Amino acid sequence: MTELIAANIRIATPLVFAAMGGIFSERSGVVNIALEGMMLVGAYTVAAGTYWTGQPVVGLLMSIIVGILFAGIHAVACVQFEADAIVSGVALNLLALGVTEFGVVSTFGHVATSEQIPGFQEWSLGPLGSYSPLVFLGLLIVGVSYLVLFHTAFGLRLRACGEHPKAVRATGLSVRRLRYAGVLISGALAAIGGAFLVLDTHYFTRSMTAGRGYIALAAVIFGKWKPFHSAGACLLFGFAGVLQGRLQGWRIPSQLVEIIPYVLTMIVLAGAIGRATPPAALGRQE
Amino acid sequence: MRLLSIYVHRFLPISLALSISLLVGGLLAFVAGESPIVVFRTLLLDTLGSLDSIAYVLFNATPLIFTGLAVAIGFRAGLFNIGCEGQLYVGAFATAWTALAFSWLPAPLLMLVTIVSAMLAGGIWGAIPGWLKARFGAHEVINTIMMNFIAVASVDYLVLNFLKEPGQMISQTAKIPEGIRFPRLSSFLDFLPQSHPLEISFILALLVACLLFLFLNRSVWGYEIRMMGLNPEAAIRAGISESRTLVFSMGLSGAIAALVGVWDVLGYHYRFVSGFTSGWGFLGIAVALLAKNHPLGVIFAACFFGLLSKGALDLELFTAVPREIVLIIESLAILFLIVSERVLLRDRETRG
Repeated sequence: MTELIAANIRIATPLVFAAMGGIFSERSGVVNIALEGMMLVGAYTVAAGTYWTGQPVVGLLMSIIVGILFAGIHAVACVQFEADAIVSGVALNLLALGVTEFGVVSTFGHVATSEQIPGFQEWSLGPLGSYSPLVFLGLLIVGVSYLVLFHTAFGLRLRACGEHPKAVRATGLSVRRLRYAGVLISGALAAIGGAFLVLDTHYFTRSMTAGRGYIALAAVIFGKWKPFHSAGACLLFGFAGVLQGRLQGWRIPSQLVEIIPYVLTMIVLAGAIGRATPPAALGRQE
Repeated sequence: MRLLSIYVHRFLPISLALSISLLVGGLLAFVAGESPIVVFRTLLLDTLGSLDSIAYVLFNATPLIFTGLAVAIGFRAGLFNIGCEGQLYVGAFATAWTALAFSWLPAPLLMLVTIVSAMLAGGIWGAIPGWLKARFGAHEVINTIMMNFIAVASVDYLVLNFLKEPGQMISQTAKIPEGIRFPRLSSFLDFLPQSHPLEISFILALLVACLLFLFLNRSVWGYEIRMMGLNPEAAIRAGISESRTLVFSMGLSGAIAALVGVWDVLGYHYRFVSGFTSGWGFLGIAVALLAKNHPLGVIFAACFFGLLSKGALDLELFTAVPREIVLIIESLAILFLIVSERVLLRDRETRG
């Protein structure tokens, strides 16, 4: 049982980081399907940074910085120049694939994977198993995201940009600056999510995020753009992931479990289990 | 003056975007320890150096013409189809399944039936998000992304459990009957070596592009699609059914994307191979953008991307630069293109 819970949490943690990032971006009104690319860039950077310095903490910090820079491209394109956020997201996901593979070849000299990367010492919770410190950071981030979004002036303004940007501008605030903040935060958080994958498995492999950014996006929608709900969705989707690995001996095919998150998201989006209403000005310019 | 303005608004952003992204590519090559001039020569000039090599460019362009057209038709209707990856995957599965299940049919008929079944499968896969949008207002972007994953998982499940060639480690079906394999162009054109993979799908792609051009510009349904894309409110006021246009254009888009599956199964692998796709659906978005959603422009844009991916292989063979540099150039080109278009548009708006 403990083992199952631990496995579930390990799968859910990177999703939680990316999903929180997705919430910040989308709540500010900028569609973010580039979570996948941001995670991948974060994963590569932590591998390279830790490889160079030997310190996972330094690697993680570099990963966050590069994640912010990478998200900066999305922000410049979509917020500054008001270009289409979906096209920009697709381009960024392709760019992340190209940059990380180019990077792996230049950094490690071989094509498919990195050298072995040291991770963090796990913290023990006695009978509940032991977890990477990033798991606790993830929990913290969910709480902080909730507090920031719903109990601070910044959060109120950020959400207002996603609902009614004109009203925000009428109060004299800069919609552009707030949206920049939303997108850059999403880059930082998604990068940590990607970094977790590397620090957990101790290797970077090409396109290792394997669609997790999109699952995180699904969790954002499934959780109706709310931090605790979305984190719950990540746990649920993580559980589907655990099942998938353990159904080998049973008669239930793992591929059919794999599609559960996607099907659930489509059902929710169609309004069957309580309507998922996106922020009103999501994807609209000022 | 008018010509100049067309140039500024149509071709200037494209030329700007391409030159900047190529420049960045050159810079990256320099960082990787290779002369940018050598890289550009390999990437652009050497690729066009022989007929054989040009034919490879056309071979690479074939799937991109299909996905480029699929995305373009969606854009024309005001819809964003990023589900081509899933649509072409179910299309390929339908092709292989039909070819194997009805192998007793006479070859020409069987070929027709497989193509129709692929287009039906891809069309239904594409029409579902269109219907969900029309019926529930659910955004097609999220639904097409979700359906990409659903397509891959369910098709892989079906192949692995019901159609897998016995005794094989890889998840793939048995080979399709010889009679329905697309003939290679090398059997008509003497200058191509026998092993050259370019086959009649390329001609089919050109044909589909022309048909789509005529459909959009000369038919009532095409007019309705364009009107819905340009001004949905006016289109609805004019009595055009929104739900029918949404479902139909997404279905058509999916059906065209499914032709990539036909291309792969009937023209290249001669069987369904799990995971055969290599991002054509996403590159199709770039192709459509570059072509400004014009069906005939898609042909040229796809050839340009085909040129880059042929050049990428040569780069890896002849230089120290990893081929991923091409992916970087391509994605930067998309980014610079959408940004420079916005800048020029804004420029025009402020000038009046």
